[in-house]
Amino acid sequence: MSLLEIDRLNIRYGEQVAVADLSFAVETGESVGLVGESGSGKSQTALAILGLLPRSATISGAIRLAGRDILGASEKVLDEVRARRVAMVFQDPMQALNPYLQIGQALCQILSTHGLASGAAVRARVIEMLRRVGLADAERQFRAYPHQLSGGMRQRVMIASALLGEPELLVADEPTTALDVTVQAQILELLEEVRDNTALLLITHDLGIVAGRCERMLVLERGRLVEEGLTTSVFSEPKHRHTQTLIAAAPRLDRGAMLAPVEAENILEIHDAEVSYAERGHGQLKAVQQLSVAVRAGETVAIVGESGSGKSSLVRAALGLVPLRAGQVVFCGAALANTVQSRAAAVRSDLQLVFQDPVGSLNPQMQVHAIVAEPLRVHAPGLSRAEQVDAILDKVGLDDSFLTRYPHELSGGQAQRVAIARALIMQPRVLICDEAVAALDGSVRKQILELLRDVQRETGLAILFITHDLAVVRAISHRVLVMYLGRLVELAASEALFTRARHPYTQALLRAVPVPDPTAAGGYASLSGEPPSIISPPGGCAFHPRCVHAKNICTTTRPSTRVVDDVTVACHRADELLQPH
Amino acid sequence: MNALGRFWSRARQSRAVLFCGGLLVGLVVVAMLGPFLSPHNYLQTDFNNILSAPSLTDGHPFGTDDLGRDLFVRTLLGVQVTILVALVASAVSLVIGVFYGAVAGLTGGRVDAIMMRFVDTLYALPFIFLVILLMVAFERNFFLIFVAIGAVNWLDMARIVRGQTLSLREREFVQAAQLSGVSFVRIILRHIAPNLVGVVIVYLTLTIPQAILVESFLSFLGLGIQEPQTSLGALVDAGVNHMEGASWMLLIPAALLALILLCFNFLGDALRDVFDARQSR
Repeated sequence: MSLLEIDRLNIRYGEQVAVADLSFAVETGESVGLVGESGSGKSQTALAILGLLPRSATISGAIRLAGRDILGASEKVLDEVRARRVAMVFQDPMQALNPYLQIGQALCQILSTHGLASGAAVRARVIEMLRRVGLADAERQFRAYPHQLSGGMRQRVMIASALLGEPELLVADEPTTALDVTVQAQILELLEEVRDNTALLLITHDLGIVAGRCERMLVLERGRLVEEGLTTSVFSEPKHRHTQTLIAAAPRLDRGAMLAPVEAENILEIHDAEVSYAERGHGQLKAVQQLSVAVRAGETVAIVGESGSGKSSLVRAALGLVPLRAGQVVFCGAALANTVQSRAAAVRSDLQLVFQDPVGSLNPQMQVHAIVAEPLRVHAPGLSRAEQVDAILDKVGLDDSFLTRYPHELSGGQAQRVAIARALIMQPRVLICDEAVAALDGSVRKQILELLRDVQRETGLAILFITHDLAVVRAISHRVLVMYLGRLVELAASEALFTRARHPYTQALLRAVPVPDPTAAGGYASLSGEPPSIISPPGGCAFHPRCVHAKNICTTTRPSTRVVDDVTVACHRADELLQPH
Repeated sequence: MNALGRFWSRARQSRAVLFCGGLLVGLVVVAMLGPFLSPHNYLQTDFNNILSAPSLTDGHPFGTDDLGRDLFVRTLLGVQVTILVALVASAVSLVIGVFYGAVAGLTGGRVDAIMMRFVDTLYALPFIFLVILLMVAFERNFFLIFVAIGAVNWLDMARIVRGQTLSLREREFVQAAQLSGVSFVRIILRHIAPNLVGVVIVYLTLTIPQAILVESFLSFLGLGIQEPQTSLGALVDAGVNHMEGASWMLLIPAALLALILLCFNFLGDALRDVFDARQSR
């Protein structure tokens, strides 16, 4: 008898089918990956197992936990199940934790409500559990409120609360999607460490995570199970077409050709940029400091770094959306004004931006043709626009039927194409993409990246590409800028960066990326701790508290940026530390 | 117009909107046409039928009041006046509130702070009391009622529009428009204003019942509409004096007042649901 058996599960919302005829089993103690793109029904399945589906859902089939059907069981039974047998870790720990309770109180409540412990034992159990999930100073953090913890720490607390009832099955729904890659590796490692004999159902869109962490995997497509098997065999011989597409679309850090450097004039230069924001009660928050970078015609420069590293502030300053406190933006040899309002219209249209959230960047009240034509209206009023709009939509792969649609009638990928069409219609010289593919599914992401690549080849467009996903960087960029707490860490050609990373931070980032191949190493935590607060960065080299190579000088003196073998790097030990990756 | 049209096409799909909206429209039509169908007018006194109970045979379906005036015609006149006052007062608050709120939200910074502190200060004044003083000092008239109600209502509207504008201003499509070189005025007209329509319409349907209540309250105190003109509030006031013996004088206008208020409140709620559904889609 399996621990969890799902038998022909169907979930419908009215006419819409979320999950269709899904059957699978999870054995005691094993780890199973549930993979699929958005809308494939992964999360619906997880919610069904925990009895958390909304009432509007029509459910049929059976969900058996150790032989007992819990689908449609009473709330009392389900409470018991959720307390002691099946636990869940959600994607966003901030949403899942009560902001008015100290984390210790919240955890104690779980124990005492379900009668799992009483009296002094409660507190002791909670503190022990907090230690187990890696909260070093558990006694003190017992009294912390969720907002006082970082995202990674909150996710650790969530895991602690899930494990308190010693469940037989842990369901983790995209537990690391909201986290930085280095923290992701830590959390995945923690899940593996602490679960003992608890079975794990890991739901994710990231094949890399499944490859490294799960014994078996299930692939969902539009609510149907299309493939199931041992992780190693699914990866080596995917049978279903959808699985093959997914694996092919997953960008890989460890293989694939890299782009050779482009020899051309600099088109956009950022010199010694400084961006700061006034922070109430904290003085100045220095988001970007003394940073210089340039992008050439026809070249893609990727900007990577953990959240809070100042990537977005840097490009927004280049665009004039936030003011530079010091430094200069030079476009085609001429210095640009500090704010977008004071720049000439012709220059404005040469620098365009594509946002992360495609739907949010389109006015919900305007139809696609009006959205795309708007820049034309400003720059060439009176001209016939329909032809140009048709041509550009054709280029981004949307046909005429999209002209009269509103943004909410578009999928994420389609909306992002519209946003790209709007950015490209004035034939800009520089396109800045701020996490432009982060919200998209793997296969759609691949199409959008190919589209950008084609446009670049045709028009010599320069692209600044912000992303946290190093595998994407490898596939599309000529050069890479790595940032940490607002400063340049390393700036190098892709080839140099991915084969001979010089800075310890870059090396750690590269090691933390999960590789979608069960036989390859990768995705392990080589960085402990999390990015320090940008409000009070550590002295000396900002990275030294997390750096395994830090020496005395790193704690006292900030390393200057210097050029070693065509690589710009800010590290005292850049010469000694070069190690083949 | 485009945004309005889309809003309407959504609203039309909600049964609650259709029902309450239809009821209100029907009521207004009856109130406009009814007096022409009746043999009486709102001034005429019928000395044979003073304080007579509602009956269809003597031509007074809602009865008569203490002066023998036909209550059917007077009640319909009251509905007309009440709804007119509410609409005009809400329109006043709409114009002032939207303009004030949008300017504050868009300019931001110090101007915004000063404008909103001014609103806070006005909130602190006891307006009803001021209105009563005004009415006592000057003559009672229609105009003062509009001023009184509009002056109270535009404050809420300004706050709501300002908050919405502030959040719209930060939205990415506004930044995208700036990057394309779209002018400030055009950004307001094309990107901000259309996205305010939904919220403003919803809030307006909730402002109207407030205005009705304030008008009724003033009339009930005898400070509102002047005889021989009347409103539902004034009719209820008169009805209270004859509560024993002529209960119809109180019950009929009070029931109509409650019905109108309920309709507007339900309509507002239903519209808000329609609007929210669109937001989350």
